[in-house]
Amino acid sequence: MQVNDNKEFQPLIVAFCCNWCSYAGADLSGTNRLNYPTNVKIIRVPCSCRVNPIFILRAFQRGADGVILCGCHPGDCHYTSGNYFTRRRMTLLFSMLDFLGIERDRTRVEWVSAAEGAKFAATMNEFTEAVKKLGPNRRLEDLRCRKQ
Amino acid sequence: MLKISIEKLNGLFKAVAEKQTLYIPADRADGASEYKKYEDGMTLSKNLNTLRSAKDFFFPQTENLADFKVEGKKIEVIDIREEAEDFVVFGVRACDARSFTILDKVFLSEPVDSYYKNRREHGTIVTMACAKPAETCFCGTFGIDPTEPEGDVSCWSDGDSIFFRPNNEKGQKFVDSVSELLEDGDTAKLDETKAQTKEIMAKLPLANLSTEAFGGDTLMEHFKSEKWAELSESCLGCGTCTFVCPTCQCYDIKDFNTGHGIKRFRCWDSCMYSDFTKMAHGNIRNSQLERFRQRFMHKLVYFPSNNNGEFGCVGCGRCLSKCPISMNIVKVMKALEVK
Amino acid sequence: MQEAIISRAKQLLADGTVNRVIGWKRGEFAYDITPAIFESPEEIDADFVYDDFTSANVSKYLVKESRKEGKILAFLKTCDTYSLNQLTKEHRVDRDNIYVVGIPSDGKLDVEKIKAKGITGITGVERNGDILTVKTIYGDETMSVADAMSNKCLSCKSKKHVTYDELIGEDGEVTDTNRFDMVEKLENMTSQERYDFWRNELSKCIRCNACRNVCPACTCENCVFNNPDSGVENKAAADSFEENMFHIIRAFHVAGRCTDCGECSRVCPQNIPLHLLNRKFIKDINSLYGEYQAGADTTSKAPLNNYTFDDCEASIVHERGVE
Repeated sequence: MQVNDNKEFQPLIVAFCCNWCSYAGADLSGTNRLNYPTNVKIIRVPCSCRVNPIFILRAFQRGADGVILCGCHPGDCHYTSGNYFTRRRMTLLFSMLDFLGIERDRTRVEWVSAAEGAKFAATMNEFTEAVKKLGPNRRLEDLRCRKQ
Repeated sequence: MLKISIEKLNGLFKAVAEKQTLYIPADRADGASEYKKYEDGMTLSKNLNTLRSAKDFFFPQTENLADFKVEGKKIEVIDIREEAEDFVVFGVRACDARSFTILDKVFLSEPVDSYYKNRREHGTIVTMACAKPAETCFCGTFGIDPTEPEGDVSCWSDGDSIFFRPNNEKGQKFVDSVSELLEDGDTAKLDETKAQTKEIMAKLPLANLSTEAFGGDTLMEHFKSEKWAELSESCLGCGTCTFVCPTCQCYDIKDFNTGHGIKRFRCWDSCMYSDFTKMAHGNIRNSQLERFRQRFMHKLVYFPSNNNGEFGCVGCGRCLSKCPISMNIVKVMKALEVK
Repeated sequence: MQEAIISRAKQLLADGTVNRVIGWKRGEFAYDITPAIFESPEEIDADFVYDDFTSANVSKYLVKESRKEGKILAFLKTCDTYSLNQLTKEHRVDRDNIYVVGIPSDGKLDVEKIKAKGITGITGVERNGDILTVKTIYGDETMSVADAMSNKCLSCKSKKHVTYDELIGEDGEVTDTNRFDMVEKLENMTSQERYDFWRNELSKCIRCNACRNVCPACTCENCVFNNPDSGVENKAAADSFEENMFHIIRAFHVAGRCTDCGECSRVCPQNIPLHLLNRKFIKDINSLYGEYQAGADTTSKAPLNNYTFDDCEASIVHERGVE
């Protein structure tokens, strides 16, 4: 692991991963020794559909600079249709965040299967870079939670 | 009496704001007014009263009480209290001015609330007499004269000039600090304005509202009244009345985990909320009827019973214009006083 | 109109069709109307009112009232019928226990708008055509009716009652409205401008919960914001984040179920245009998943309880509009 000793901004990324596909995909990227940033914190959920909009907002409150939600590809949901609901829900939520002036690149939905270790690593690298460009989350942060 | 012409008022604001923070009622884009920190170019609102009351200055909606640092089993308490800076609130109406007397009884009696006391000691209240009361005004019911407002300094306007009268040491200090801007003035026109306002007061639709049927000794009679059911049936259980009220003073204390420490804060609470009296054993007020009754019983019966007959309402009329379903203390009083 | 409503209410009480009536009760002034339940013709004669200020939507009260003994008579304006239909669809009311009489509305007035003109001491309001005469203790004032019209009526979406047992007056049609104009205007602003707009609006919030409690779509027994076990409970916004959080979640929870009755903005003591958040969701749903009007029927699937295999991906948000 590289020790980051310069003061470059390192975003904190929260990744919600569904248990059946994306979490296994993350696992595969690990066993394949693919690199993705250490500041990605994975939260395992039974299905992407389990992610309530409150979870996304809470992640921002507690210091996340970007939140990404990963689930099975449409059609592959372990529970048949969970990710279809996720897709509608998150589209509307992200659109609302955009409407309130929150930078749109701080949120993303990506479908990652259990076989797509490489896609997982690539997605995380790409998303982290995108959030890094935006700088720290200021518009949707709770000042009380900011580390002094 | 000392006075300043209205055109020069902004000069006075500027002079005051140079020395300490000054808050004045200012207009908002939607026509309502609210207290804002004075900055160059701001003008005093012509509205009768601000949307939110002036209690915010001494008892803000949320405030931090203490911080905790937790390391293993060690808890360190950090006292975050700091001496407040001096500030002036200009243009407080007579009703809001009286609300401080009521809040003082709660917060400055033992055990003294040091957070409130701190701000109270550093705040100077400059009141402004009313000239054009609204139909929702009923301060007279509680013995308040809008032409003789209390406060550290009382002010009047006769249309051309603003007159100042310090009421105590703090007020004298304020007037002295701007004395070079003030001049001696004749109050003949002002007396006329006051007389006119008094005439209007007598004509207001709520002029005859009386507190006679209320007070500490009417507790059981009102508590058991069958009218509460009808009065409370359409109550939404929101907290609008409580939060715009200048005398409501209930709060909740909570801890917030920031991830790297704990912040203990307090925030306004409302007896209209379903979780207001929720405790470990459950809730003692389970229906909206009980919650609704509590709010009005507190203002009209419990408070006077504990405070030598002083009622917990100042008749500012905010709840009359803001309640989403237009149920308010006036309707409650009128319903209950009929035997 | 008021006479027709009152006489019909008394008839229906007398013939036993219903045992109580939900309507509006006269207040102290010309405008402070309270929703109320009337049980006798005497009560109706004394206090029942239907005028320019009876804008309160009484549908939500029917959640509780329809579960009581006996049938209740409800007078519903067009927008109120959408709310009731939505509640029926969600099994929140017992529709069989409600006798709905649809009543017309030619737009309700907002006393806040009259007061914003600097008119005070109001003792009476008279509407003659387009002119409004406001009687005050300081003399009469006149203004145009349009200037006093409540926002929710200015962008009325329908003059058609979607559920009723009988009608008083003629039924109208679904109207073509400009209700998404402001949403569109905001969408065309830059992200920074939108942020500033909403910070300015939402920072006024005093968390009185009136918007939530009045909303006919908000009928949870225990709101997540009241539940200490939810982890997001809060009584007052201690930080700008909590202001955003409450309003996003409030609007999101009614997305696809909000009929756009406008009650949230009407009751807001701080005049925050909360309906814009709901309308943003409605507009998105219409454009992404097909036209949908909550409450228009009692059978269709709500957009968020539904999906198609070829729905757009969430990335569409990144591809359209103004950054």
